[in-house]
Amino acid sequence: MSTTEHQSDPHVEPHAADVAHDGHADGEFAHKPDSYYVKIALILAVITALETSTYWIDFGAFFLPTLLILMAIKFVMVASLFMHLKFDSKIFSWMFYSGLLLAIGVYVAFLATFRFFAPT
Amino acid sequence: MAVHTPVTDGHDDHGHGAAHATSTGLSNNKMAMWLFLGSECLLFGGLISTYMLYRGRHPADLGPDQIYDIPFTSVSSFILLMSSLTMVLAVSAASMKDDRRTNLWLTITALLGATFVGGQVYEFTSFYREGLGFTSSLFSSSFYTLTGFHGVHVTVGIIMLMALVGINKRGRIPGQKAEVVELVGLYWHFVDVVWIIIFTLVYLIPS
Repeated sequence: MSTTEHQSDPHVEPHAADVAHDGHADGEFAHKPDSYYVKIALILAVITALETSTYWIDFGAFFLPTLLILMAIKFVMVASLFMHLKFDSKIFSWMFYSGLLLAIGVYVAFLATFRFFAPT
Repeated sequence: MAVHTPVTDGHDDHGHGAAHATSTGLSNNKMAMWLFLGSECLLFGGLISTYMLYRGRHPADLGPDQIYDIPFTSVSSFILLMSSLTMVLAVSAASMKDDRRTNLWLTITALLGATFVGGQVYEFTSFYREGLGFTSSLFSSSFYTLTGFHGVHVTVGIIMLMALVGINKRGRIPGQKAEVVELVGLYWHFVDVVWIIIFTLVYLIPS
């Protein structure tokens, strides 16, 4: 059913019509129960606890990769699930991640120019 | 066959349902917010890179390893992370047109944000008392600028949340209420994901 049909169909639930009105690709996120978000938050809390544990526990050579991977997982989880990029139009993902990738590219080049990655 | 579906913008020019169609079929307001957040990545990327470059430029006794209080910052990070949960619950409640729950979750989010900012003020104060002023070293300048900019973003978010609660109680939110809450939510979550990066790169990875 098209969005315009949603808006004109009196039998469609108001909630579903509003979701379409807001421009979501499929409006799926609006139907997620609160418990879904609580579970995501619990996973994020556990990952944060793991990150913090690196302050007391020696991870040896795995220290840096572990922290960077956990950071990336948290970032993607919040962006995809809390910010609804996973359920929304892909255009929004492109806009956000292209800005992010541009920033990473520019500033990695910037740091390389200042020999930041050179062995000391 | 694909059918063009001219979705109306969430914005209501006159407040009486006279919403207009958008050429993309997506909300222009939301598009603008995502574009803004994409550009914010460049702002924070610059600040984080500058910090990374200068974090080793400090006196021997006033460096990151001496002054950072990781357990305290971990608690602050956890509080900000949980504020993302309460924010998404506010967005969920707004989409179900539950004004009471929307206002409740927005207020809790603002309180958690205020707790985070309070923690940051305490942290800055304790660092200053230890002798780390803004111009003490390149490390301190880049640290205060980065975390200060983030703190300002959180503060702006708190103001937006409280303003939203106020106008929601008066029933004066223009256009689609759920979308307005979602736009503020996107900003708030962005502030959270920036802190996820700062917490790891600035606090947890030693210089």
